[in-house]
Amino acid sequence: MIHSAREFWTVFHGMVLGSIFLLSFSGVLVGLYGFRPDWLTPQGIRHRIRLLKIGTVAMAIASWLTVITGTYIVYPWYRAKPPEGVANLLDYPRSYLLSVPDLAIFHTFGMEWKEHVAWFSPILATVVAYLVWHYSDHIVENLKLRNAVAVVFIISFSAAAIAGLFGAFIAKAAPIL
Amino acid sequence: MQKTILTHDRDVKRSASTQIDGRISAAIVASGIGCLVIGLLTTGAVISEGLKNILNWWNPAGPLSGKTSVGVIVWLVIWAIFHFLWKDQEAEVKKTMTITLILIALGFVLTFPPVFEAFE
Repeated sequence: MIHSAREFWTVFHGMVLGSIFLLSFSGVLVGLYGFRPDWLTPQGIRHRIRLLKIGTVAMAIASWLTVITGTYIVYPWYRAKPPEGVANLLDYPRSYLLSVPDLAIFHTFGMEWKEHVAWFSPILATVVAYLVWHYSDHIVENLKLRNAVAVVFIISFSAAAIAGLFGAFIAKAAPIL
Repeated sequence: MQKTILTHDRDVKRSASTQIDGRISAAIVASGIGCLVIGLLTTGAVISEGLKNILNWWNPAGPLSGKTSVGVIVWLVIWAIFHFLWKDQEAEVKKTMTITLILIALGFVLTFPPVFEAFE
């Protein structure tokens, strides 16, 4: 149950957009793998191109929305400094994590890496979407180019996966309520 | 119905050409530069307090706002420049990917906390 705007945005940032991103990734990866003229009819290739266009654009949009909501909506709540004299730090996740020695690594390693590396994902996902939209005929004809696009696509997902994994750990250790 | 170059009656042959359109190479390499810039600014903000303050574009998000915004702006500008410069050229897939993977790997390394904390 969602009780506050903070919870809503945290769930939207991590779960709603994250789910769209994951689903898009799975679909596009399978689509790229089978994007071969010797496996598909010409009609099948056109259908596959349409699906790849939708999938890559959905992934790029989800990726941009994830980092933007994360950086400009959720992160300010996470890093807010507690006022003087506040004893209960649970409303200030960054300060809370740093105050508990066993949990400090979630900030010093997890958040510090996640907040930066997450931004690789939309950049790389956008390039993949651009290439699929404008050069799908090159991609289907050139095995090396298709593999190159797949590599960029997998790195985009990997950056998001790092961010998502640490995001889940941090949300568990110090949820934004 | 037919929005792409591929047509009903054209038999598409798979090739393993090492050459790609320069505009494709421009898009891929520029993305690597965008990742590298974010990495450089992440480590740079640890080394230089002045840079950290300059990158603090929006106080609630701190320097992260500047690091990522500069990274995105540089990526788009570089992409536009490379696109214009390489639009009539061909590039090698291997060379394009080697350069890009090095740039992205450096970006990953420079955003990795044990690395930038070594400069604190």
